[in-house]
Amino acid sequence: MTNPTPASTARSRDGRPRKQIHLGAHFPGVNNTTVWSDPASRSQIDFSSFEYLARRAEEAKLDFFFLAEGLRLREHKGQIHDLDVVGRPDTLPVLAALAAVTDRLGLAGTVNTTFNEPYELARQFASLDILSGGRAAWNLVTSPDAFTGANFRRGGFLPYEERYERAGELVALARQLWDSWDDDAVDTEDGLVRPGGVRPVAHHGKHFEVSGRFETPRGPQGHPVLFQAGDSADGRDFAAATADVVFSAHSAFEDGQAFYADVKSRLAAHGRDRDSLKILPATVVVLGDTAEEAAERAREIRLQQVPGRTAIAFLEQVWGRDLTAYDPEGPLPDVEPDLEHLSITRGRVRHISDPGPVVRGWREKAAANGWSIRDLVIEVSGRGGFVGTAQQVADDIDRHVQEDASDGFILVPHLTPAGLDDVFDQVVPLLQERGSFRTEYTGTTLREHLGLERPEAGTVPAPAGDTVAAGAISSARPS
Amino acid sequence: MPDSNLTSLFAPASSSAEQRDDRPSGRTVDVLDALDDQLDEAPRRSAHLGVDLSDAGARAGAWRAVGSESPRLFDGQRLQELVATAQRGVLDFALFDDSFSLQPTRNTTLRGRLDAALVASRLAPRSAGIGLVATVDTTHTEPFHVSKAIATIDHVSAGRAAWQVGWSTTEAGAALFGRKDAQATADAVAEAEEAIEVVSRLWDSWEDDAEIRDVASGRFVDRDKLHYVDYDGVRFAVKGPSITPRSPQAQPPVVVRGDSAEALALAGRRADVVRVRATTLDGARALRDQVRAAAAEAGRNPDDLRVLVDVYAVIGQDRASAQARLDLLEGLEGITWDTGSLTHVGTARDLAEVVEEWFDAGAADGFTIRPSSLRTDLDALVDDVVPLLQEAGVFRSAYPGSTLRDTLGLARPANRYAAAIA
Repeated sequence: MTNPTPASTARSRDGRPRKQIHLGAHFPGVNNTTVWSDPASRSQIDFSSFEYLARRAEEAKLDFFFLAEGLRLREHKGQIHDLDVVGRPDTLPVLAALAAVTDRLGLAGTVNTTFNEPYELARQFASLDILSGGRAAWNLVTSPDAFTGANFRRGGFLPYEERYERAGELVALARQLWDSWDDDAVDTEDGLVRPGGVRPVAHHGKHFEVSGRFETPRGPQGHPVLFQAGDSADGRDFAAATADVVFSAHSAFEDGQAFYADVKSRLAAHGRDRDSLKILPATVVVLGDTAEEAAERAREIRLQQVPGRTAIAFLEQVWGRDLTAYDPEGPLPDVEPDLEHLSITRGRVRHISDPGPVVRGWREKAAANGWSIRDLVIEVSGRGGFVGTAQQVADDIDRHVQEDASDGFILVPHLTPAGLDDVFDQVVPLLQERGSFRTEYTGTTLREHLGLERPEAGTVPAPAGDTVAAGAISSARPS
Repeated sequence: MPDSNLTSLFAPASSSAEQRDDRPSGRTVDVLDALDDQLDEAPRRSAHLGVDLSDAGARAGAWRAVGSESPRLFDGQRLQELVATAQRGVLDFALFDDSFSLQPTRNTTLRGRLDAALVASRLAPRSAGIGLVATVDTTHTEPFHVSKAIATIDHVSAGRAAWQVGWSTTEAGAALFGRKDAQATADAVAEAEEAIEVVSRLWDSWEDDAEIRDVASGRFVDRDKLHYVDYDGVRFAVKGPSITPRSPQAQPPVVVRGDSAEALALAGRRADVVRVRATTLDGARALRDQVRAAAAEAGRNPDDLRVLVDVYAVIGQDRASAQARLDLLEGLEGITWDTGSLTHVGTARDLAEVVEEWFDAGAADGFTIRPSSLRTDLDALVDDVVPLLQEAGVFRSAYPGSTLRDTLGLARPANRYAAAIA
């Protein structure tokens, strides 16, 4: 972690107006970041858990709530992976239900584009935007793998290299559908649709043939906020061309600054303003009354997140073979990876094509530090994050934002549903005192919270099939 | 009105449908009713009443007649108020229709529509008791998505979700997806049946106690209690298990509109609730008998079906005022109302008598009320019709349990996969 920077004036050090921090609350996912063995852990299914986190986030004036998606249960060594949280509800119905118990909080969800058609996705997000009074956001991901496809009609139909262009065509088409209703299409006097207020859409592209009339009015935001998590050069270009928010993995300071500068520099080529795209890395926060106490707590959480069996399963993903004979508290396996079985774990994001260098590097690290298997996994699978007193963490978060390592963060708790309570109670007030974070909502829509323009109907070019900008779109992270 | 008691007496004795309880019914047996009350015997079974809250009402013209409400047609708060009214009337469910293509009617009263599953979910946290029926298509959507959407509404509502199975046979619907041509009814219904099979398997793919959170062994779930559904049908294959754990009702009720021969046959095999259209008592009874016979043929207990007749309702203080309101709506639309089903233009008392008569005669297990104008007719239904039915002893005065299955009198099913192992 970096040292805190004193900054309590209305302007940051270089004299620019103080940037406002944007914060999202990530509902705990189904990887080992989420600790279910803790006595404080509650259901990941009961609506009360979702309502709790959303209400607390709204009390803290956060920008949005974030919910990831699952389409196939993860498998490890041919069986359903049973060591992490398993099972979750459907993303969009949960967000629609949260619209009933919150008033201002943005409602962001991951929805895969591969196993849906543009018409239904456009309709669902327009519906959510209307039902929530303009608070919908879509984290757009693709997953062309046949493993996930086995749950769907078309199976793994999409060649890996085409997933990006299909997603690009899909977004452009969705925007065309949203824009096919004028904002004032329905006359408020007599409930009739104004002549010409709704235009039929006809799209003939490489991936989609859609014609007809969209049946859902334009939402309060015009278009729901679009999140995107791409990280490759293509993914960054796609974000620069298309997204409103980048869900980034670059939460460390220098790495974050480099990513931020790179992505923002790509905006001009698409005729976009620097502030029209927000970069929000996922991060974790661990607090203590002293820095030492926070560090000790962070270590305890890591031990909870990586029990022995989880450490072995983590290594098995890289080794491609059964390692249950090895003691997680002992040294690294002396056998070599099995190159034939590298897909031992299916349904997750990370895949390593050549384990050789990874294994060599880990062996060197473990030997140099005297680490056990579990120690190693705790080190290499960590997400970093902000660890310290509330004051240190607030200073640090503000520094990241003021010095362009990010525009804010998506906070990932390790406990369901109260894992962010101490951040809301202790860190957010300090950010507010510094003038870097809102004390009240000033708008009603998520676009207003994020400082994003509302797109006008008809300003988006029609999709042109295979000429639409293509970019890498990876699955959401952390999960 | 025909004498309801006579109708009841002449109901065919061979059908178990009419043997709801073992005594005569109707207003001429008040003495017996009173005696029953004193003996504290089991109450008469309640009729089932749902309300269709789609759009502004069953009449296209209601869209224009809502006056100051028109800006709020898509407002979540307005829908919440309507559901609260229905819940005050202890109605079985509020139903939301859906389809992918809404065409303008003749006078260009183009209507908009929201995704019904999301509407139902939006209404779940702020309601209790009342069921929430969402229509979800099977022709153009993925059964896996349908299963987790409905299961999630069931989780959010603590057991009040139901799925009305939708299918599309229109060119317009097919063109919005561009993946296949419009299908004939028989084909679309056959596809819907495959979807129902997959969805119901996915709903069972987690046993109720699959989540164990066993800290000692480090296992969150007992994976022996998660099941691949391994569906390999004519039109699609689905591996499973579901991503979403088994929901409070396990199998949220499946609602089928029996508006074709194919659909009625499907309903007999698959539905928990069947919606039929009938204009006469005898016609309704024939449909109910038909669908119950289809259920028996499929090896089901016909008493596990609830057959509800669609009633289009214009309720007024007197018959003339109801007719005047209908005339107004027809004037706005420029067409005459042809509902194809029971159409009530009259007072609350008249409607209560029809409900009681058809219910007692074994022509229906209940009704899906389709208010001509949502707020006006729903208010009249809840404030005027329901109390009359309660007085007559044919409608509940409180929800019998917390889930929609409880309200419908349907047991929570055992898990097919758990049973296979045991």
